[in-house]
This record gives sequence, structure tokens and C-alpha cells, in this order.
Amino acid sequence: MHPILKLVTQRLALGLLLLLAASALIFIGVELLPGDVAQSILGQSATETALRNLREELGLNEPALTRYFKWLFAALQGDLGTALTNGQSISKAVGERLGNTLFLAFWAALFSVPLAIVLGLIAVRYRNRWPDKLISGITLSTISLPEFVAGYLLMYLFTVKIRLFSPISTIYSGMSLGEKLSAIALPVMVLVLVVLAHMMRMTRAAILNVMQSAYIETAELKGLRPFVIIARHAFPNAIAPVVNVVMLNLAYLVVGVVVVEVVFVYPGMGQYLVDHVTKRDLPVVQACGLIFAAVYIGLNILADVISILANPRLRHPK
Amino acid sequence: MPDILLDVRNLKIGATVYPPGEAPKDIEIVHGVSFQLEKGKVLGLIGESGAGKSTIGLSSMAYGRGGVRITGGEVFVNGRDILKAGAAGLRALRGREVTYVAQSAAAAFNPAKKIMEQVIETTLMHGLATRAEAEARAVALFGKLGLPNPQTFGDRYPHQVSGGQLQRAMTAMALCPEPDLVVFDEPTTALDVTTQIDVLAAIKEAIHATGVAALYITHDLAVVAQVSDDIMVLRHGKTVEYGTVSQIIETPKEDYTRALVSVHAIAHEEKPATAEPVLKVENVTARYKGTNFDVLKNVSVELHPGQTLAVVGESGSGKSTLARAITGLLPPSQGRITFAGRELSRELKDRKLDDLRELQMIYQMADVAMNPRHTVATIIGRPLEFYFGLKGDAKRKRVQELLDEIEMGRGFADRYPAELSGGQKQRVCIARALAAKPKLIICDEVTSALDPLVAAGILRLLLDLQKIEGVAYLFITHDLATVKSIADSIAVMYQGAVQRYGGKTDVLTPPYDDYTDLLLSSVPEMKLGWLEHVLAHRKMESAGN
Repeated sequence: MHPILKLVTQRLALGLLLLLAASALIFIGVELLPGDVAQSILGQSATETALRNLREELGLNEPALTRYFKWLFAALQGDLGTALTNGQSISKAVGERLGNTLFLAFWAALFSVPLAIVLGLIAVRYRNRWPDKLISGITLSTISLPEFVAGYLLMYLFTVKIRLFSPISTIYSGMSLGEKLSAIALPVMVLVLVVLAHMMRMTRAAILNVMQSAYIETAELKGLRPFVIIARHAFPNAIAPVVNVVMLNLAYLVVGVVVVEVVFVYPGMGQYLVDHVTKRDLPVVQACGLIFAAVYIGLNILADVISILANPRLRHPK
Repeated sequence: MPDILLDVRNLKIGATVYPPGEAPKDIEIVHGVSFQLEKGKVLGLIGESGAGKSTIGLSSMAYGRGGVRITGGEVFVNGRDILKAGAAGLRALRGREVTYVAQSAAAAFNPAKKIMEQVIETTLMHGLATRAEAEARAVALFGKLGLPNPQTFGDRYPHQVSGGQLQRAMTAMALCPEPDLVVFDEPTTALDVTTQIDVLAAIKEAIHATGVAALYITHDLAVVAQVSDDIMVLRHGKTVEYGTVSQIIETPKEDYTRALVSVHAIAHEEKPATAEPVLKVENVTARYKGTNFDVLKNVSVELHPGQTLAVVGESGSGKSTLARAITGLLPPSQGRITFAGRELSRELKDRKLDDLRELQMIYQMADVAMNPRHTVATIIGRPLEFYFGLKGDAKRKRVQELLDEIEMGRGFADRYPAELSGGQKQRVCIARALAAKPKLIICDEVTSALDPLVAAGILRLLLDLQKIEGVAYLFITHDLATVKSIADSIAVMYQGAVQRYGGKTDVLTPPYDDYTDLLLSSVPEMKLGWLEHVLAHRKMESAGN
């Protein structure tokens, strides 16, 4: 078996194991909360009899372990249960919301990742000179700015001062791609500003680390241009750490954009989760937790696999 | 008037140093060196580390490593003063008129790119040939340098070929753009002696065939004598002596040059075996966990008290593995190791404190064998405390005694390793080993990283200490000159097995087996024409390099 195949299979197996552990933790966490689903549905004033009947009906009297496995197997088949608040299928609601979130994350990533890497390369090329300091200064300022401040600033700029975009980013299925893109332009900008700094700084640091290597001296003594040295000789050896940070930021784009979604009224996962937390809709919270865990683990496995593939020693064994 | 390619006039090179606890200061490391190199000739730059030889070599490309910069003088290449060339002018010079071969090709090749890409990169970038022509040139050079399968060699990644092959590939990379001058910076120092001779021959042949001029930088006078036309001896950034090869080797004028020429002349008489060996290794076979290949095959050797057993062989021969088996780091699968009359447990964790104390080690890299945050007194005091429970004044007194023994006297106890020279660091490691009052010290390539004169000093010290303390040495080395000056008995190892074993005189007296012959004949000798002579009379090719 090719060592790469073996390593990748190992990573995948580990990821599944990790996901299983995460699902257990989510379940335990929700179990530990005071009160249960029946209590949430019927409210504080419910009678003992009513509670008992509802628990019987929802199967809440069964042992926790049985309920956990029932939930898990249903989730594996794509059934995440029903929401308490409106009695609708969670899978259906989540499917739509997740689609929206991934749409937003995709466009944010499409702009931020190449931009961050190019800025990182430029920062290395002019390290400790003004372009480097300018890039670091700007990206660090934007990351220091709270997302909602950045959001409202951009909204003020592009909807009030220059009437370019709509302040509401709600999208729905009937819209054309162009309309959708115009709608999400502002949240994409905010997200790009938020994730840029991490990825840029990591690209810069990882490449600077590689720049100490003897083969960089070889490249300099070949008379190569500084940017060629950085892009062609240093960057390929700095991919692994960069990919890891990129994936962490992508995961953040999927699971951490609640504030931006709220500011721009974007129908994504974050808003959906927060809504249902306030309503104590535990099955929804549980389902969202599982999906977020899967996204995190999935992206990190992807980062691992890319790092493995980027290593010539593993790709081409002796 | 001969055609002058490189003309260096009164070159001065400075650097900024950062002494601990003081403000950074500028120092001069090369103090006005001048030399000339004609087209097609080879100049050897020789000296110990810190002599400024690499720095001078790189100045022919107007390159300063780290914080090093050229502060004065002129460097003319093909009649142009390259110190005034500017960034674009330097890019046109580097990789086109002057190319560079580094000491460690393994580090100097980009691990993420195929060898061919890197070899032809300069040729393509400077627009000297089309890709097809450049690749054809590279393949021809691979063939000329004796690389296996020249057609497909370039398709491999650097980690897929051996160190000796990479060093040749780096030479091909330097020759591919057909430069006027190649700077060879210790190109064979990191190689085994049997590989070195092949690479050396390949480089010499390539220089001869292409008519390129070269600066050949090394600390080994015997090596440089084989390839150079002229030699410049450097010390502390100054020229000691500059002349033709025969003049430097045969009639050196300066004391320092004479010391370099006669560096291997430590005389050591073989001692007779005593009745009871301190170390007895019997039929030891070992392999690493998870492999099905024996790295030690049925090894049996003996070492008598107060004597030295030299274990020699090239890298991968199993000589360091033997040390790991003796120290218990690699438990043997078969065989027995008896030490000071008692059988040693196979595993390190089962060994008694006395076993650990009486068997000490000294390593090749003294740098990494010491905690950089500990003072010399702490480093040497640690075994005193650990094995003998010495504290306070008693410990301090003993540390001082040990420092006196390694000829470092007063003023060193409170220094940190970073404030010591390479030789001094190795002396501290010796003192630390002695502090445990061992019966046996395993010395693993302890002089390999040192300059010849410093190494000779360490060897003399080890011999003196052996007389005083009666300690036995298991001396692992690839350097046969060292073996001749220190050993009482010798074990030659090849591919995990002992190839030849016995008293020094017996082992070094013909008739030899083929491998011992190859090993002995590969040691560079301070003689003109040695290389050609050896290559013409070899019985066996070196293994796989």
C-alpha cells in the first residue's frame, strides 16, 4: 500500500472517531442542562401528569444511552429530528441554512485565501520595510475591529454614502447568482477583513522560517529575483503550516459568523442556532452542534491530507 | 600577460556580532586579502574554521552570509568590479559567470523540487539555452560526473538519492550554465572517505573537461593538494602563505603551514592485550523495531582496560549502532555483552547505576550534547552530584580538578557553552564523562566536526587522560588517520558485520581484504598525484555512492 494512502486512511478513520466523540460530548452537554425537552415544550406551569405523558410520547424515559444511539443512527441517515418550536423537520431547515452559510463562506474564502497568501508573499519580499509594515498594520487593524463595527462601517459607506449595495443581505431561492452576489457583497467584505490577518501573518511567518534554509541561499546564489525565490523556492516548503491556518479560518467562516449574519440579516446557520438557543429548542441546538463539529473536523482532516500531499518525502518515497 | 578571471585586491570583510549581554559591535573578519585566478586554473583556499575561507570564496559572488558584508577592497570578475555592480548586475553575475557548490548538498537542494528542475533553473533563467538543450546538458553532466542512470536521474527528488550523488548533482547544477568560475565550498567534507574520493575525482575530471576555473575551499590540505594549481593558506582572516601546490606541500615556509602538513603525525604504540577484557561483545545481532533487517550481524569484539578499540567504517556500516547496543539503547536480539566482569542487561532500563556510571559517552556534536543554559561548572558537576552525591565545596573542588585535567584551568567554570570554541566544548564533554570515573568511554566521531589541529589536540588529551585514569575507549570514527594515531586494536565494519579485527599493526598490515583496502587507500594523502594513483589501483568500487 502506498504510504500516502495509508496515512490518509488513518486520518479519515481518526476523524470519524473524533466525530463520534464530539457527538457524545454534545449529547452529554445537552443532557446536563437543567430541565428537559418536555419541560421546555410545556413551560414552567405544566402539571406533573402532562409532563409524564409527553415524556412517554417523546421517549424521554428511556435510558440516556439508548436515546443517544437512536439520535446518532437517525442523524447518520440524515434525520436530525424535529424542532420543538415549530414541529418541522430540522434536516430540511438546516439543509437550506447550511447551503446559505456555505455560499457565503465560499465567496469569502475565494477572495480572502489568495489575497492573504499574496499579501504574505509581498510582506516577506519587503520584510521590515514599509510594504510589510503597511500590510501588517492594515490586516491587524481590521482583525482588531469587532465584526459588527466593521459591518456597520461598511454598511454606512456602501449603502448610505455610496448607494452601491443593499444593507439587507437576505437571499432566497428565486434570486439569480448576480443578485445573490450583490446581496452578500458586504458580509463577504467583512468576513474577508476578519480572516485576512491570521492567514497573512501565518504565510509570512512560515515563509520567513523557510527563508533561513540553505536552499534559499542556493537560489540567491543562482541570481534569481527575490520574488521568484519566495514564490518558487520558499512557498512550496511552507504549504503545510499555511494550509492549517487557512482551514481553521474556513471553519470559522462556516461556524463562527453569527454576528455578521445578524448584522446583515443573512439566513445562515449561525442565526438559526442562536434563535433556537434562546428558545431552548434542544434538538436543534444538538443538530447544529453536530454539524459544526463535522465541519471543523472535516476541514482539519482536509488540511492534514493537503499537508501530507505537499510533502515530497511522503509523495515520492525512496 | 595571462588572462586574469578573478582579481581580488585588499579585500576586507566585516560582520556585526552580538556578544551576550553587550551592545552589538562591528568586527573585521577578513583583513585585506589579495589573490588572482587565471582562466581555467584552480585555487585552493585552506584554513581552519573561522579563517574566513568561505567568506572570501563567497565574496567572488559579492555575497555575504548572515550579517557579513564586504567593507573594503575590490573584486574584479572578467575585468568588472562586482562590488559596484548593483542588485541587477549581481543577478546577472550569479549563476551565470560564477556558480557555487555548497558543503551540504542535502541542505542546499530544495526538497520540494525535482533535481532536474533545480539543475537547469539558472540556465533557463539567464536565457542561456532552451529547456531541451539545458536538459541535454544536464544529462551529459550527470553522465560525466558518474551518476547512475543519467537519463532519468533528474526526475528524482533530492531525498531519493544519496549524499554523494547529491554532491555530484550540485556540481552538475554549478556547471550547467557553463560559468567561468565555480566556488566549491568544502564539497566533500560531509562525505564518507570512500565516497569523497569518487566525488573528488568526478569534480576534478569535470573541471578539467570544461576548462572552468575554480576556487576550492576546504580545511583538508591533502584534499586540496589533489585538485588545485595554487594554494592560499588562511588564518584569522589573513593570508599565511600563498603559492603553488608543490611549494606549499613540499617546501612550506610558515610554521602554521608546516603544522597543517604534518597534522596526522601523532605517534602511538600499540599496547599488548591483558588477560581480562573490560568489554566483551559476543555474537551480537540487532535490528531496529518494526524492521526485518539486521543492522548488526554477529559482532564480536573485545576491549582491554586502559586501551583503545577503534571501530571504523563508512556511514551505515553499523559502527554507531554497535555503540547503541552496548549502551542499551538498542537491545540486541542475540548475543552477550560483558562489561567489567558482569553481563549487562540488554535493556537500558534494567541496568544498575554502576553500569551507567562506568560506561560514559562523548558525542560528535558537543554543541547539542550540552544544555546551552547551563554553565560549564553545572555541566561537569551534574554527574558528580548524580553518581557521588557531591555538593558545595567538594563539588566545586572536583570540577576544578577536572577542568585542570582537560587543560582549561581557571576562568572557564562560569562560562556558557556558547562562549567556548568547538575544541573547548568537546573538552568539557570529556570532563563530564570523566567526572563519572568510568572504566569505558564510547567516543562517537568526537573529532569529526573539529579542525585538524584542534582535533589533534583532543586526541593528544584523550591519550594523556588514558595514561592517568586508565580508562578504555571505544573509538568510533570514519577517519583512518585518527585510528592510526590512537588505536590499540581495530575493528573494520562493513554493512553491519566486522570485516577485519585485531591489533592495530595486524589490521594495518597487508594483505588486506578488498574493503579494508578501499577504506585505507581512500584516505587522502599529502602527496601530489595521489588521487590518480589510487583510482588506477583500486580493487573495489565504493558501496552505492
